[in-house]
Amino acid sequence: MYKYIFKRILLMIPTLFGAAVLVFFLMRLVPGDICELRMAGTGQYFDERALQVCREQIGLTKPLFVQFFDWVWGIARLDFGVSMWTGRPITEEIGLRFELSLQVAIMATLTATILAIPLGTISAVKQDTWIDYVVRSFSIAGIAMPSFWLGILIILGLLITTQRYFGVPWMPPIQYTPIWVDPWANLSQLIWPALATGYRYSAVATRMTRSALLEVLREDYVRTARAKGLLEKLIINRHALKNALLPVTTVIGLEFAFLMGGLVVTEQVFNLNGLGKLFVLAVTHHDYTMTQSLVMLVALVFVLTNFFIDVFYAWLDPRIRYR
Amino acid sequence: MAVTEKQVAIAPQVDETEETRFTWGEVARNLFLRKPLGATGAVVILIMVAVALFADFITPYNPVVNAYDKIHEAPSAEHWLGTDQFGRDVLARIIYGARTALLVGFTASLVGATAGLILGVASAYFGGRFDLLFQRVMDIFIAFPLIIMALAVVSIFGTGTQNVIIAITFPFVPRCARVVRASALAVREIPYVDAARALGFNHVRIIMRHMIPNVMAPYLIILTAFLGQAILLEASLSYLGLGVQEPTPAWGLMLQGGAEEYAESAPWIAIFPGVAISLSVFAFNLFGDAVRDTLDPRLRSD
Repeated sequence: MYKYIFKRILLMIPTLFGAAVLVFFLMRLVPGDICELRMAGTGQYFDERALQVCREQIGLTKPLFVQFFDWVWGIARLDFGVSMWTGRPITEEIGLRFELSLQVAIMATLTATILAIPLGTISAVKQDTWIDYVVRSFSIAGIAMPSFWLGILIILGLLITTQRYFGVPWMPPIQYTPIWVDPWANLSQLIWPALATGYRYSAVATRMTRSALLEVLREDYVRTARAKGLLEKLIINRHALKNALLPVTTVIGLEFAFLMGGLVVTEQVFNLNGLGKLFVLAVTHHDYTMTQSLVMLVALVFVLTNFFIDVFYAWLDPRIRYR
Repeated sequence: MAVTEKQVAIAPQVDETEETRFTWGEVARNLFLRKPLGATGAVVILIMVAVALFADFITPYNPVVNAYDKIHEAPSAEHWLGTDQFGRDVLARIIYGARTALLVGFTASLVGATAGLILGVASAYFGGRFDLLFQRVMDIFIAFPLIIMALAVVSIFGTGTQNVIIAITFPFVPRCARVVRASALAVREIPYVDAARALGFNHVRIIMRHMIPNVMAPYLIILTAFLGQAILLEASLSYLGLGVQEPTPAWGLMLQGGAEEYAESAPWIAIFPGVAISLSVFAFNLFGDAVRDTLDPRLRSD
């Protein structure tokens, strides 16, 4: 087991390094840079000398490979540098938003898991009945509905109902309050984006639960369990579901990783100052250092999630360990 | 004894390849008889395609010309779904928006999935170091959420319909390649590939004529799954202002044009384009599910 874990940790390094190479050179392929963007605002756009000074200050005039190795060496010492746009340390900028994104991701994951497993199970057990059709339509609708549109509808619904029943339209607060400072204010802000994304997320997981369980229910050992007269409830809960939940864990894990960086659009709707918004700003500002760090963060979350899923698999299924 | 064991081991594979061979007529019949949901999806898709093709004959309104005397009109007999903040007919923009959605959806999924198909099969066929390296590169690409990958591509090529297609195609390639590769690995072990090699066929011929036809099932499954995703992704990018640009009619863009600001005074601007997106992605997903159930013998209910 330890050998397997060690091997999996070593395998993360090339992926992360590849991501670093990719984002570094991809960013520099983009026409225009942060200095041009800054000067454009001050009307000094055509002043080549000012541009040159600005680039030298940020370190953009150094050879590409020197820049690349400086950056990677910095990461190796956990020094991510400063944002090119704001000049503040990157760890500080990300730290401000990390909490919010993490909380939304966790809340959405909880919503999804609570909904998905019972719904997917019932849909598979009652395959091709009206219950199955209702659950499937509900879950396909969740995938079809853009979460940003669901967000708009939620805001619209809140505005209209509060207007009708309380006389004053109410909108979720825009200012982020940590949950330990004021849980009520915190939840009244974050529960809506968590629901909007959680619905889509639960739809994905429900479908996975259904198809995985359908596959398992056709296995020989389920037939054996039925042949020996075991209660159907026990067959599903003890025998089938245990095996079917493996791929579901993968989906839930990967969606969680996705939520940490991919909430770009939902954050826009609810006006949240999260990692997704920071990412869009960094890309549009040509803020190389910030974009690179965010990409590395997303890649790290993804790789770590994969790692935990794999270890979890290996722990459950000894055959994987020895392959 | 050894012989029987081998036969037992090979038997399920032969079964599977025979079961996945079918005619198009059979697929259509199966779809309508056994997959009512899938058939519904197919009908909605056909209606969408018809609406997109004949948009000029369906609506008398021009989707791009502003009419400042008709801003924010509520739905009426004249404007069934109301008008937007530039006085344009919302229904007309939804109808013409179907063109954008379908163009982006079909082009991005077809190109992305086909590129993935060829790369995935080639990777499985050549195997060895090439395969290993290729898989690592694909891993890196898959490590990024679709939307982030698309954002990165948009920031290189810029916005606009064409670039949105590129941005959506790009992240599809590794996802399809990975799925197809897994099936192609199994196909490579079937003796007829060795036979083709023994006959002296070149690599391109073996890949194109002998391997690709046998991985069509996963390819079609993932292709139909991409269609809905592509439409959703286009809407998201356009909503962020990084996709299709004004005045081109596009559903995501219609939501972006101040949908939240006018939520109270003109909610129809925020509601109807979202219905169009959801309905079309819903239809593509229903259809894709039916295709998967039909092509994947393990999931058949009978």
